[in-house]
Amino acid sequence: MLKIKSLSLDILNGSGDISILKNIDLELENDKFYALTGPNGGGKTSLARVIMGIYKNTQGKLYLDDTDITDFNITERAKAGISYAFQNPPRFKGLKVRDLLKISSNGGHETAYARLRAVGLCPQDYLDRECDSSLSGGEIKRIELATVLSRPSKVVIYDEPEAGVDLWSFEKLLGLIKKYHSRGGVTSIVITHHEKVLTLADEIILMADGEIKERGSRDKIWNMLQGDFRCRWQQDCGGDEDELECY
Amino acid sequence: MNLNAIDSELLKTIADLHTIPTGAFNIRKDGRGVERKSTAHIQVKPKTDKPGIDIIVAPGTKNEAVHIPVLITLSGVTDVVYNTIEIGEGADVTVVAGCGIHNPGSEKSQHDGIHEIIVRKGARMKYVEKHYGEGEGTGERVLNPRTILIMEKDSSVEMELTQIKGVDSTVRDTKAKLAEGASLIIVERLLTHNRQKAESDMLIELEGERSSARIVSRSVAKDDSIQIFRPVVVAKAASKGHVECDSIIMDRGKISSSPAISAEHPDAQLTHEAAIGKIAEEQLIKLETLGLSEKEAEDVILRGFLQ
Repeated sequence: MLKIKSLSLDILNGSGDISILKNIDLELENDKFYALTGPNGGGKTSLARVIMGIYKNTQGKLYLDDTDITDFNITERAKAGISYAFQNPPRFKGLKVRDLLKISSNGGHETAYARLRAVGLCPQDYLDRECDSSLSGGEIKRIELATVLSRPSKVVIYDEPEAGVDLWSFEKLLGLIKKYHSRGGVTSIVITHHEKVLTLADEIILMADGEIKERGSRDKIWNMLQGDFRCRWQQDCGGDEDELECY
Repeated sequence: MNLNAIDSELLKTIADLHTIPTGAFNIRKDGRGVERKSTAHIQVKPKTDKPGIDIIVAPGTKNEAVHIPVLITLSGVTDVVYNTIEIGEGADVTVVAGCGIHNPGSEKSQHDGIHEIIVRKGARMKYVEKHYGEGEGTGERVLNPRTILIMEKDSSVEMELTQIKGVDSTVRDTKAKLAEGASLIIVERLLTHNRQKAESDMLIELEGERSSARIVSRSVAKDDSIQIFRPVVVAKAASKGHVECDSIIMDRGKISSSPAISAEHPDAQLTHEAAIGKIAEEQLIKLETLGLSEKEAEDVILRGFLQ
């Protein structure tokens, strides 16, 4: 179980402190599949990066299975069982797909190669490719997913896995994410704007303005997204329908 | 020749040799040739007027290699060597050069290798040159390679020039002239650290139609080291050239990269690009999310970059 207590994240920029995450309390259970959604700029990726240890929270505590991981760095959290699939994975000049998979699977080649096949990439065509700009956005996202699925994890965060992947491939990748989840013992969190993911989730968490606005069953949140919340957001922002496409 | 532990280690590092090679070779140690062997198709013979060797690869020779490593294991040695390599028409061979210095004392040890390479019509050559320095002494380890490459019609050369560790000072000078249809690829990899200094000058002249050259330089400057790159491609005919210098700068390192292209023919196609920057933070973070420490992540990125 992942517990987040009274968590805040402030960043300092030219105009002073900006509050990115505001007093977040969240308990995420083992074996549950969560969809984290909400408008752009609402704090979803920031929360994911705080959980992974990439951003250091200003206040609050994080616990993984009752172990206080607040002061753990990224490496320690990775070793404790937290994994994070980047929305925009970095590219590496010279580093081969084979090298990256070898690291992610801790030397277990067969697992890594099987994951590569599972994300729809033939090992013989991709193992010796460099993880650089010669790979398309969709290919690099699949390799990113393969690196994460090669690891034994307790908590996996997928940051917009649909971004940059064609619709047909995404259906398959989503099936793979669900299959990995169904092996048990893992908390899956998918940051998404994709309707298909929202309908598959056990629970949907709605974030906006750096806060958890609502959480609950997919039916409850889905109705909110289609109704009241959408109208309220429109009034608050004064936006039109086009600006609301994000959710 | 009996290899001691230092010789074996140097040979393994600079030429991937674990023992004396089976094909043609020449091993030079501490300023003199110590053992050489010719084969039916590759002659290796000492020069009579100056230190060095002539290597003559017979026309049509295929899938053979010649190793010509240089070892320096003493302090206070200055070794200047002149090698001439002729790759016969239609041949396809690999030349493994390279120099390893183990300096155990306080005096400077230096090797200046001057290579003249002629690649005849339609021949192909892969040329691998690694430079490496080590030793418990405080004496400088200096390597200054100078290469003059003449490429005849439709010949093809791929050069891998690598200096990964332990060389305090190096000045590399590479010149090449390409005839019609000749194709040249040079990949240079360099890592400097401490107070090391490395300079590389290249002048590639595309003299024949359809000739092409691609120069790729990848380097890492750590600590207080200094690197200077000046690759120049001159197109004198309807030809193609590309120069790419990519460097990672760390600590207090300094890098100057000045690729240049010059067209003297209206149908020439030349491009160049250069980039110098730190390791991208997102790259380090990604590898840390896979369980590596920051130091391990940095090593993986640098190893991949220089791979």
